[in-house]
Amino acid sequence: MTQPEVVRAEAFRAEVFRADGIGKSYPGVRANDDVSFAVLQGEIHALLGENGAGKSTLVKMIYGLVRPDQGQMALNGQPHHPTDPREARASGVAMVFQHFSLFDALTVAENIALGMEHPPPRRELAARITTVSHEFGLPLNPSRRIATLSAGERQRVEIIRCLLQNPRLLIMDEPTSVLTPQEAELLFATLRKLADQGTAILYISHKLEEIRAHCDRATILRGGKVVDSCNPRAHSARELAAMMVGGEMRLIDRTGRQAGDVLLQVNDLSLPVPTGEGTALKNVSLSLRAGEILGIGGVAGNGQEELLAALSGEMRSAAAAVTLDGKPLGAASPEQRRKAGLLTAPEDRLGHAAVPDFSLTENTLLTAGTRKELVRNGLIDHKAAKSYAEQVIKDFDVRTPGPGTAARALSGGNLQKFVIGREVLQTPRVLVVNQPTWGVDAGAAAAVRQALLDLARAGAGVIVISQDLDELLELSDRFCALNEGRLSAPRPTEGLTLDEIGLMLGGAHGMEVASI
Amino acid sequence: MIDPISVFLLLLAAATPILFAALGELVVERAGVLNLGVEGMMITGALAGFAAAHATGNPFIGFAVAALAGASVAMLFAILTQFLLANQVASGLALTLFGLGLAALFGKPLEGIKAPPMPIGPLRINWIVWLGLLMVPLIWWFLNRSRAGLILRGVGENHDAADALGYNVRRVRIAAIAFGGAMAGIGGAFISISIVLQWTEGMTAGAGWIALAIVVFSNWTALGVLAGAWLFGGVTVLQLRLQAAGVSVPVQLLSMAPYLATIIVLVLISARQKFSHRAGGAAPGSLGQNFHVLR
Repeated sequence: MTQPEVVRAEAFRAEVFRADGIGKSYPGVRANDDVSFAVLQGEIHALLGENGAGKSTLVKMIYGLVRPDQGQMALNGQPHHPTDPREARASGVAMVFQHFSLFDALTVAENIALGMEHPPPRRELAARITTVSHEFGLPLNPSRRIATLSAGERQRVEIIRCLLQNPRLLIMDEPTSVLTPQEAELLFATLRKLADQGTAILYISHKLEEIRAHCDRATILRGGKVVDSCNPRAHSARELAAMMVGGEMRLIDRTGRQAGDVLLQVNDLSLPVPTGEGTALKNVSLSLRAGEILGIGGVAGNGQEELLAALSGEMRSAAAAVTLDGKPLGAASPEQRRKAGLLTAPEDRLGHAAVPDFSLTENTLLTAGTRKELVRNGLIDHKAAKSYAEQVIKDFDVRTPGPGTAARALSGGNLQKFVIGREVLQTPRVLVVNQPTWGVDAGAAAAVRQALLDLARAGAGVIVISQDLDELLELSDRFCALNEGRLSAPRPTEGLTLDEIGLMLGGAHGMEVASI
Repeated sequence: MIDPISVFLLLLAAATPILFAALGELVVERAGVLNLGVEGMMITGALAGFAAAHATGNPFIGFAVAALAGASVAMLFAILTQFLLANQVASGLALTLFGLGLAALFGKPLEGIKAPPMPIGPLRINWIVWLGLLMVPLIWWFLNRSRAGLILRGVGENHDAADALGYNVRRVRIAAIAFGGAMAGIGGAFISISIVLQWTEGMTAGAGWIALAIVVFSNWTALGVLAGAWLFGGVTVLQLRLQAAGVSVPVQLLSMAPYLATIIVLVLISARQKFSHRAGGAAPGSLGQNFHVLR
């Protein structure tokens, strides 16, 4: 159903893309079922839905990476059934991927040439990259290697790669998940400019505020089906989320917390670059009180993983550099720290927080063995481990057949709930989490955040390291930024604006606003 | 006592088997495949090339057959790793053992036979040596300037991205593996047809392993491969000359020298890379990883 309050006069706009009754099944899953929608010329059209709602499958079909089982697609009125991405590109579809599809060791120009069907000779291509990138206010040096670029610059490469082909339809799959707020603004200015020139843009994101601010229309998918379509500007983020999950979203409850005594203290912690790659930590100090949530923001690769490792015990420091309840823990092993009540949940769910081929029961043993007494006299108490795994699954609504399932078989959101739940139910004194809701859909993210708040209400201290600023603002009492291994002084979250945070992050890598 | 020109000519000849094998492996690794079966493909080429040269009396036919034989055994590796998604390291080791055993078995009747004479090329240098030298700029140009080479590097650097852009990762890799096998085959045949002039069991004597080391040593560049092959060839010739001159160093130590030199340089280069910005040097990003097609 189309809402009446559509901003632009749709009647005068040509249809660039139309899908009619698209269906696609994988063994055991109906990824898309009777999906029909249209994208008009010059509009930014949002595709909304939870993880597993079928958004990615749908755009992969448009881009020729996956073939539909049923239904028709049309591009500019012509039947559109690409057998591979090259055919889709030739007919005017371009796509920017969720995970960068760039080649680190190659130059900007080489990356762009790989994304084009008939690239011009090297010099000519380099000249065109320079011209087009300046024209759109996204300056790029064609001879730089990708490995030396920031996340925002990498995205420019992907976008310029698309623009050089003059696409009719540009698909963007969660493009802002790795960008600073300034970089995201720059991206939207560019997209708006493109749309005004007549390109149709299909935009996928979890970030509802972003969609409300910048998209003209939204099509909402749930369980592989189109459940609604609307003008996102006419709805609140809560209403949009409710359409996505098919029910009311629980409001996050921040009440009932009291700051108590200082639990965790980090004193002037400096650590060298770990083996090979990484960021050195420089004079990091922080203190965390009982009942408090401290948010740490920053662009990826500025020391987040190292800070977590220094707190978890994977990286050791001087004993006095990390203290819990006044007891020095800096030189303690992870197991000793767990015993003392300092628990952590790293960013990388599969491979760091959980062993992919272990069952959920076995994965609980890895961190909960001591605190939950699942190991006695060096022997595993399988019964206790299984019942603890079952408790985590039940309390945190982990959707899985049972505790015997391998960790790798869980979807990202479900595994995240399991990892957080495994730590939270051990009643830690202090819990440190890195990217607790990365790639997790709205419903599961809300559950994880509520669990962290509940934990703080019960008197624990929580540190949330995240790149999602909305999340940090929602959860944390105080906010500090991690930049090149240095931690800024904390500031109360209340009254902090996104602009101020952006400056704290220092992530503006020579940014320019698109000149229109 | 040592004439520099003749030493250089000997160096060129001693470096040629490794040059071919390492250039082939360079292309394979740039496509993201680690084929440790170079030794097995070389020995297969050495035997097949020698047999064909002996049967036809034409060494050039021998080299052509060696290339085919090398590519054929490489296809076994391709089937294992690209279709059955077997582990590349294990499959490569198996290929080496398989090639050595197979060649020993079928080579028995050929032992003690002399190779047919090879026509001498320009400047008294063997035609195959010329071909090897020509391959260096050709492969450099292919990798760095041609569209096909760019796609091959893309596949080796990030196979998921290459797939998402619509390139057929498996097809590119199979072609690269076949090319690597053919080059290793020619390199092996050069040992039997042009250097030793007969067939002996196990005659490649670790040249395939040296070729693998040289690809790392070269930082995955064609010119670096040439430098590495010449280093190994140079030390080989030098130690032979020293042996002939009767230097009072145990023969075993001298014979060991080329291998030792390669290892030392490799360690030095790895140590330097460890402290440079990018761990693993210029190694292709997807090297040694199998690509799972998810369509």
